[in-house]
Amino acid sequence: MPRAAREVSVASSKKANILIRKGRVIDPANGRDEVADLLIENGRLVRIGASLDAPGADIVDAEGHWVLPGLVDACVHLSLPGSGRSGDIASETRAAAAGGITHLVAQPDCGPVDSTAVVRLIREQAGQAGFARIMPIAAMTQGLAGDQLAEMATLAKAGCIAVGNAGRKVASALVLKRSLEYASTFDLPVMFRPQDSALSAGGCAHEGAVATRLGLPGIPAVAESVDLSRDLLLVEATGVRAHFQQISSADSLRLLRAAKRRGLPVTADVSIQHLLLDESALEGFNSHCHVIPPLRSAADREALLEAVADGTIDAICSQHTPIGSSSKAAPFPATKPGMAGLDTLLGLVLQLVDDGKLALPRALDAVTAAPARCLGILAGQLETGRPASLCVLDASAEKDYAEHWLSAGNNSPWRRAVLKGNVKLTVCQGKVSWLTD
Amino acid sequence: MTLAPSSRVQLTDDGKLRHFLTTEHLPRSLLEDILDTAASFVDVGGRSIKKVPLLRGKTVVNLFFESSTRTRSTFELAAQRLSADVLNLDIAKSATSKGETLLDTLRNLEAMAADMFVVRHQDSGAPFFIANEVTPDVAVINAGDGRHAHPTQAMLDMYTIRHYKGGFEGLKVAIVGDILHSRVARSQVHALNILGAEEVRLIGPKTLLPVDAQGLGATVFTDMGQGLKDVDVVIMLRLQKERMDSALLPSESEFFRLYGLNNEKLQLAKPDAIVMHPGPINRGVEIASEVADGPRSVILNQVTFGIAVRMAVMSMAISGQESSAQGRTGGERGQ
Repeated sequence: MPRAAREVSVASSKKANILIRKGRVIDPANGRDEVADLLIENGRLVRIGASLDAPGADIVDAEGHWVLPGLVDACVHLSLPGSGRSGDIASETRAAAAGGITHLVAQPDCGPVDSTAVVRLIREQAGQAGFARIMPIAAMTQGLAGDQLAEMATLAKAGCIAVGNAGRKVASALVLKRSLEYASTFDLPVMFRPQDSALSAGGCAHEGAVATRLGLPGIPAVAESVDLSRDLLLVEATGVRAHFQQISSADSLRLLRAAKRRGLPVTADVSIQHLLLDESALEGFNSHCHVIPPLRSAADREALLEAVADGTIDAICSQHTPIGSSSKAAPFPATKPGMAGLDTLLGLVLQLVDDGKLALPRALDAVTAAPARCLGILAGQLETGRPASLCVLDASAEKDYAEHWLSAGNNSPWRRAVLKGNVKLTVCQGKVSWLTD
Repeated sequence: MTLAPSSRVQLTDDGKLRHFLTTEHLPRSLLEDILDTAASFVDVGGRSIKKVPLLRGKTVVNLFFESSTRTRSTFELAAQRLSADVLNLDIAKSATSKGETLLDTLRNLEAMAADMFVVRHQDSGAPFFIANEVTPDVAVINAGDGRHAHPTQAMLDMYTIRHYKGGFEGLKVAIVGDILHSRVARSQVHALNILGAEEVRLIGPKTLLPVDAQGLGATVFTDMGQGLKDVDVVIMLRLQKERMDSALLPSESEFFRLYGLNNEKLQLAKPDAIVMHPGPINRGVEIASEVADGPRSVILNQVTFGIAVRMAVMSMAISGQESSAQGRTGGERGQ
C-alpha cells in the first residue's frame, strides 16, 4: 500500500513541504484531470507538473490515487456549548478532515452568531483544532429572532462571509426587504432556507403517500416553493446576491431555473441525503431519516439529481447536524431533526457517480469549486501560489464506517455503512489535517 | 431507529402474533384467527363467572400517554377477564412531567417484569419505537398512536361487520368524516382490504382527506351522496371540535349538512346497510340521533365485541411471546 513518508504528521503548526507523486489530479474548476505531481513548499502549492523533484520535501506516493481540491461544505451546523448538538468544534472538524473537507460554511444557529464575540470564539476554536477552516455565516437579524437587523457589516468585518437567518422566521416581508437592502449595501451574499412557517408548522415528514400511511403530520412541498417565490421577488427588487440552501422539491427547481434564466444573481445547494433518499426511507419510523426539509418523493429526488447535473443546483452540502442518541431515541415526531454528514459527504457523492446519477467532474465540482463560487470564497480549486488545500483519495478502497466514524453525532443511516473512497491525506491551508495509511 | 418493516416486528419467526401495532401488511389468516378467537370469548361476558385463566400470573400495564377512559377501561376489563394483573399508568400526568424520558420510564416498567404494554400515545409510531428499540420481549399492543393506527378498534369493527354481514366478500364499506386525523380509518382500510372487502370508500371534504388517500387502498369521494350509494356498511368518524379553530371547516352545522348521517342520506345505502361509529358520538355533528339510535345502528354492539377482540389479541400476543422465548431457550440448549 502506498504510504505517506514518515515525516508527514498531522496538525503540527508546521507548514507542509510535501511532494505528492503520480496521483490522478482532478480539479474541476480548471478542467484538469491528469496524472501529475504536486509540490507544496512552506504550505503553498507551488507547482503541478510531470516528474517534479524536491530535495528535502516529504514524499507522498499517490500512484493509483486521486488528488482533489479540499472539499467545501456549504452547510454545517456547528456544535457550540448551548447549541444542543453533540461534540465540539474539534471533534467535528476532525471528522471533516478525515472526509477530505477543508472548508466549512457554518450556519448562524449555534449561539446565535450575532456578535463578534461568537465569531471570534468559533475562529479561535477552529484555529486551535487545526482540522478545517470554518467560514461563519452571520445572523441577519438579532438573535435570529427575525425582527431587528443584526450588525451585518461588523460581523462581516469579524470574518463572516454571508448573512442568513438559518431558516428561522423573519417577521414580515418588510423586515426581509430591509435586511436584503442592508446586506446588499455591503455586497454580502444572503443565505436563504425557504420554508413557510405556517405551512410547515407541526410537520415532520413530506406530505405525501408515506406520511399519509404512517400518519405523520406533513410538510407540503409548496411550503418551500411559496417562500422561495417570495424570496426571489425580493431578491430581484433589491439586487442582493442570494444563495438558496437545501432545496428539496421539484417545484422549487422550476422557480430557480426561471430566476437563473432571467439573470438574477442566484445560486443554490441541496443536501446529499436528499439526493440519495426519499420519503420511503421513513418506513418503520426510522428517526435517523427525520430531517428538515423532509425527504420528499422519488420524483422530487430524481428532479434534484437532474438539477445538479444541469447546474440549476450549484452545490451539494452535508447539512451536518450531530445530535445525541437520546434526542433520536423517541417516537419519530418527538425526535430532533437532523443527520450527521461530514464523515460520509465524499463517499456518498462518489456513490452517486458509481450509480451513474452524476458525472464525476460535475459531482466533484459540486463539493469543491461550486460552493466556493456561490459564496465568493477562495477555495475548492488547485491554484498555484496559494496555501494548499487538497486531499489524496484512494477512490477504490472501501471504508467501513462502523469502524471509522469520527463525528460525535451517530445520527446517520450510514453510520454502519461501507462506502467506496478512503481519504489518505488532507492538507488544509498548507498544514496536514488528516493522514492515514 | 433501525429499519424494520411494520409486519415483521409484529410476528414471531413462525408467523405468530407477538406485538399488535398495525393491521397493515398482516396476513389474512392472522386477522381471521383474531376474529375466530374473539368469537370464543364473546360468551365469557355472559357467564356468571366472567373469567378465563389464560393470562393468570401475567402483568399487563396500561400505558396511556393520552388520556382515554373508555379505551383504557375496555383493555382493563379484557385483561381482568383473562385473569391478568393490571396496572394502570396515566403517564401524561406522572413520570414524563418530572423530566424522565420515555425510554427511562419504559426501562423501569420492564424491570418490574411486565409482560404486556398496552400503549396509547399522541405521536405516530410510538408503539413501534417501544417494540423495536426498548422492550422487544414485552408484548406491545397499540391502543392508538397519533394519526397512524388503532388496530384493536379496527378489528372490533371487522368483528362487527362479519357478525352482521357474514363475511367480507362483495362488501362495499364507506368511512365518512375526518379521515386526515383518523388512526381508526387507516387501520380499518388496511383490515378491510386484507379481509377481502370489494371496495373501501373514504368520504370527506378535501381539508379532511390526506394527500394520496387512494394510496391507502380506497376510493375517495368528496360528495356524500355519491359515496354512500349502494354501500353495505357506513362507518362514521368522530369530528373533533378543534377542527374549526384550525381553519379546516367553517362550522359544525355546515359539516353536518354536507357529511352528517341522517335517515335521508342513509336511504342511498343498501336497504340492509349497517351504521357504525368508533365512539364517542357527537349527535347532530357527524350523526343524527335518529340514525344513532335507529334500527341500522350497531354502535353499542361494537362496544361489547370490543372486549372480546381485545381479549383475543392479548392472549395471542402473550402466547406468541412465550413461544419465541421457548424457541430461544431451546436454541441455547441445542448448542
